[in-house]
Amino acid sequence: MLSAERDTMSRNSIHHPSPLVIDIENITKEYVMGEEIIHALRGVTLQIRRNEYLAIMGPSGSGKSTLMNMLGCLDTPTSGRYEFNGKDVSEMDGDELAEIRNREIGFVFQTFNLLPRSTSLRNVELPLIYAGIDPEEREQRAAAALAAVGLEDRLMHKPNELSGGQRQRVAIARALVNQPSIILADEPTGNLDSKTGEEIMALFENLYQQGNTVILVTHEADIARHARRTVHLRDGLIESDDVAPARRSPETAGVS
Amino acid sequence: MKRLLYELTESWKIAAAQMAANKTRSFLTALGVIIGIVAVTLMGTAINGISVGFDKSMSVIGDDVLYIEQYPWSRMNDWWNYRDRKKIHTEYGDKINHQIAVTPNTNLMVAVPTMSLLRSVKFGDNSVDNVYILGTTADYALISTLDCSEGRFFNEIESRGGDEVCVVGYDVTDALFGGRSALDKRVLINGHAFKIIGTLSRQGTFLGLFSLDSIVVIPLPAFKKYFSAKSEADVRVKVRDKTHMLDARDELTGIMRRLRGLSPEQRDDFNINEQQAFKSTLDAVKATIAIAGLFITGLSLFVGAIGIMNITFVSVKERTKEIGTRKALGARRRTILLQFLIESTALCLVGGFIGLALAYLMCFGMASAFPSFPIRFSLGLVIASMIVSVLTGLISGIAPAWSASRLDPVTALRYE
Ligand SMILES: Nc1ncnc2c1ncn2[C@@H]1O[C@H](COP(=O)(O)OP(=O)(O)OP(=O)(O)O)[C@@H](O)[C@H]1O
Ligand SMILES: [Mg+2]
Repeated sequence: MLSAERDTMSRNSIHHPSPLVIDIENITKEYVMGEEIIHALRGVTLQIRRNEYLAIMGPSGSGKSTLMNMLGCLDTPTSGRYEFNGKDVSEMDGDELAEIRNREIGFVFQTFNLLPRSTSLRNVELPLIYAGIDPEEREQRAAAALAAVGLEDRLMHKPNELSGGQRQRVAIARALVNQPSIILADEPTGNLDSKTGEEIMALFENLYQQGNTVILVTHEADIARHARRTVHLRDGLIESDDVAPARRSPETAGVS
Repeated sequence: MKRLLYELTESWKIAAAQMAANKTRSFLTALGVIIGIVAVTLMGTAINGISVGFDKSMSVIGDDVLYIEQYPWSRMNDWWNYRDRKKIHTEYGDKINHQIAVTPNTNLMVAVPTMSLLRSVKFGDNSVDNVYILGTTADYALISTLDCSEGRFFNEIESRGGDEVCVVGYDVTDALFGGRSALDKRVLINGHAFKIIGTLSRQGTFLGLFSLDSIVVIPLPAFKKYFSAKSEADVRVKVRDKTHMLDARDELTGIMRRLRGLSPEQRDDFNINEQQAFKSTLDAVKATIAIAGLFITGLSLFVGAIGIMNITFVSVKERTKEIGTRKALGARRRTILLQFLIESTALCLVGGFIGLALAYLMCFGMASAFPSFPIRFSLGLVIASMIVSVLTGLISGIAPAWSASRLDPVTALRYE
């Protein structure tokens, strides 16, 4: 129901832009390393609307992960304004941010970050526990999310009993399970071979087609190609922000 | 509210999984707590046991009986002060009883003189040595807890007449007659024949030191006639109302001073003893055990707590990335704090359970080895040790759990 609603909005977006999910203005982030101050972000302004598919690119050390952490409310900026779904989050405390992360943001990490001793099902249930969902609904929704990433027959497997691609699927199911406003993926294919990587990208394409907002960090052009918009970072500044021409790569064209 | 409940359940599961995954490490860490709990339960059991045994033994002395004796029951380190006192005579018994009879509103009820010796008792070929032979009056039945399982205590006439009758304790009956009836049999006490008119039911031991059942009670005149007229004597006086012990004591002191012909400036040349003297001695013993026990318990719990704190810090360090992940997924500070607090508490609780089980086995072993020592393994102790375990867990877990809850999610996620 929700995704149908999103679909309608995205179709209309050419004429009536869909609502802003992320609105950051002149964000900076500084790390103090002894005497030295590292300017990881030097003033980034970025707006992301609902049901966008955005790739953040740039050389190593350009601040991609830093920006991603900021977008994901894992970190607060040194200066600048950040509005998430119309709420100012730059001044929020740790627990308020945790609340936002739990309900609004789905994370996919390069290293999967699954709990090693827990089954796929329990891993996917985790965000629902923190959301206070009762056990039956938890299990049901976790199983549904795993089915959505094609792992309905791997519910009781532990991470070490799964392939890398399957692990990342579990992680994606976990990111999806609480129906977040955005899905953030930092180098989601970084630890996978190119074929498995493509499968994961097909999954993201699918999520995007269903109306989700997907933001991914990558330094591979092949991966970034899947996105509809690409932001290039260099030395903590946005170098370019391109909306890709409406093109489809042959593999992803069939998926939806 | 619901969320807290789910978080708590989740934390217990994590704690259990964590312990299952690190069995040896968890066990070694819990060792301090195990030892602490064993120490605290054994100490508690010992104190309990001593109290119970003591109370039982004390009831034999009677909490409403004053003992007029040459020596005090406590403070025997100055015995030479009492050595040259005039003996206590059994005649005081009658004199005190007379005094009681003529005093209106007296606090005293009855005085009973006793004399005692250790002698052997024989029946046919069987013989028991070192039996406590007690010479007393018929009133003894009024002040003691003795009761007859068969027959009766000797009466006033038998007592005054110094008849050769006796009432025998359980040990003596058992040794001389086995299961057969002892009534009306004649036993030889130091070669003199006494007819058994009553047998006493079992009393047990006095503080686990000696048996209260190795006893034969005979009328006082017979005691004087056949044994010694000069052996140790005391007079036991039962009071009317044990809530007026002090008044009774004062009254008895007055009577005794008159009987002894003491002038006002002279000090008492006798002692009036009561159960209370034992109580204070025993309280000191109990306090000593408690202090020693608490010291051992405190020390091992302290060491245990440090071990658990350490292992929880290690656990936090090892799982920094996991903490980061959980925070990214929406775990709040409280969630992480609770998770590690519960981990350390679960560890302590397991230690506590093992400790309790060990202590229980030890008590069980002790109870079978020394059946006379009353061992009480109480529910209170179980609850107390569980509380101690939980507190230890919380105290030792708070610092690492706090540091985990304060971790910055980004830093934690980056941790390798
Ligand atoms: N916690 C930190 N403390 C100090 N400096 C940091 C910290 N995190 C990031 N930096 C610095 O900020 C800059 C940007 O780092 P960031 O991780 O965002 O780069 P990136 O674009 O993700 O690089 P990569 O492609 O290698 O992942 C780097 O110079 C990095 O050294
Ligand atoms: Mg990075």
